[in-house]
Amino acid sequence: MKETPLSNCERDFLLRAIEEKKRLDGRQTYDYRKLKITFGTDYGCCFVDLGQTRVMAQVSCELVAPKENRPTEGILFFNIELSPMASPSFEQGRQSELSVKLNRQLERCLRNSKCIDTESLCVVSGEKVWQVRVDVHTLNNDGNLMDAASVAAITALCHFRRPDVAIQGEEVTVFSPEERDPIPLSVYHMPISVSFAFFQQGTFLLVDPCEREERVMDGLLMIAMNKHREICSIQSSGGIMLLKDQVMRCSKIASVKVSEITELISQALLNDKAARKAGGKCGFAESMPQDRITALKMDQTDVEMTNVSQTGSGVILQGDEAPPPTVPSPVVPVPGVGQVGQGLQSWGLEEEEEDDDDEEEESSGDDQVEEVTQIKLSEKDKKEAVVEISDSEEEEVEVDKLN
Amino acid sequence: MIDGRDGDTSVMAGVYGPAEVKVSKEIYDRATLEVLLQPKVGPAGVREQSQEQCVRETCEAALLLSLHPRSSLTLILQVLHDDGSLLSCCLNAACMALMDAGLSMSCLFCGVTCAIGADGDIIADPTAAQEKESRALMTFAIDSTERRVMMSSTKGSFSVQELQECVAVSQKASEKVFQFYRDSVRRRYSKNL
Repeated sequence: MKETPLSNCERDFLLRAIEEKKRLDGRQTYDYRKLKITFGTDYGCCFVDLGQTRVMAQVSCELVAPKENRPTEGILFFNIELSPMASPSFEQGRQSELSVKLNRQLERCLRNSKCIDTESLCVVSGEKVWQVRVDVHTLNNDGNLMDAASVAAITALCHFRRPDVAIQGEEVTVFSPEERDPIPLSVYHMPISVSFAFFQQGTFLLVDPCEREERVMDGLLMIAMNKHREICSIQSSGGIMLLKDQVMRCSKIASVKVSEITELISQALLNDKAARKAGGKCGFAESMPQDRITALKMDQTDVEMTNVSQTGSGVILQGDEAPPPTVPSPVVPVPGVGQVGQGLQSWGLEEEEEDDDDEEEESSGDDQVEEVTQIKLSEKDKKEAVVEISDSEEEEVEVDKLN
Repeated sequence: MIDGRDGDTSVMAGVYGPAEVKVSKEIYDRATLEVLLQPKVGPAGVREQSQEQCVRETCEAALLLSLHPRSSLTLILQVLHDDGSLLSCCLNAACMALMDAGLSMSCLFCGVTCAIGADGDIIADPTAAQEKESRALMTFAIDSTERRVMMSSTKGSFSVQELQECVAVSQKASEKVFQFYRDSVRRRYSKNL
């Protein structure tokens, strides 16, 4: 679906408001929108709401052969799906520029910063390693997908538990979650990206732009940092010229924001751990607030099945008898060749002696012919007008063989 | 956005439309319905495509598509958690999303899944564990006006008697689902938001 273009009045209004240091939703220049983190039922499933922007991350793992140049390291795979649910302008399947940009930024932020210990993912060096796959699905786009995606991805990685593995000599045993508790990944640090939008050739900047602001911005600066004030990745796009002190100022703002967000993530992880330990139901459904008129919950109810068998039998008795099969019976002219219906060429093949290998195919073909001919015989007793559409000559030959 | 839940199975449905349609996909006298099912892990494969087709056929039967010629309707289903009965959860979410979007329909529909266990008893709305141990698994889409079967998708072997019994069970279960639809819609529109 084509995106509705932004009108000139809207654009002018937004730019004028930004010049006067006003934002559409009333935030200050350096304010983030409300960030909410919830977890799903499985380990490794995380939902992040940044204002109205919503993403879901799911981490999964499987055993694969390692890369040839890195036999002792596990593999990390990231994928951000720009689902059409997020915005009608996102098209399924087509890799748009934004999709490539987001994927690349997430990879640089998480893989190149070495935040996950990949050596610990090795099971048998050179043969089997864990491949950890992170799928981020965008559910609603209201701007700043990058930040939401990075928070979701790193939180899901911290939340994820992989199956326990035991190696005894040559034998490798992978335990299911019921047999042994799964173990968390070893996460060194949590890189979080912070986005800055620039307007009027770098004069004005806004943190965490919403969708409208993103449409009118000149350029975007993305800084990925962890709480130890180490910069993991910087990306500037849009062609704006930034001065050194502007970049330094942005990194200082970013460090403040990152420490706040990291604190929020740790708190959410602790809450979830406590909830799981207490044995309560936890998951996406439970995390939805129930006391709203837009939400309704119905517990498990039973269905009355008392008269089911009578109803079922009644329907069958009422139903008409099955019409006679007018399908031509299948025929095996040559071992390994099945033929149904007339009008097919003979392929120039002639009947050969049965080989041992083809006996199986031949016998299955014979079974089918036998079944259909048996039905035909019984039907012939009941009704007369049975239309036989088959190569009668060949079929006669087959029937004789069986008889 | 509507979230459909069956036990722990959660599916989020989103509807966009009626909107502009690409010339290659336009139909001159009715709307073009596109259904996208996004699984949680990995790209969408053939299984998702066949489930999409089941949902699409049901929706096309229920929607009054001729009211929106040369337009497109997009229905996106995102799997949030799969613990069995996924297809029926998708159908329920789809119906409620279409209803909430204000698209005219000739009837509502709901999805019900039945599993036949190894010992022959019928389990309605099975969990993933129950599905795995079942001999046959069937999903039916039931319409709200006359409780007829709009779509059926089955896996496994079963007798004609068992099929009819499962249809009867699904029809009974659909009453509860439609009651839930009514309650949630009444609650949703009880106030002007």
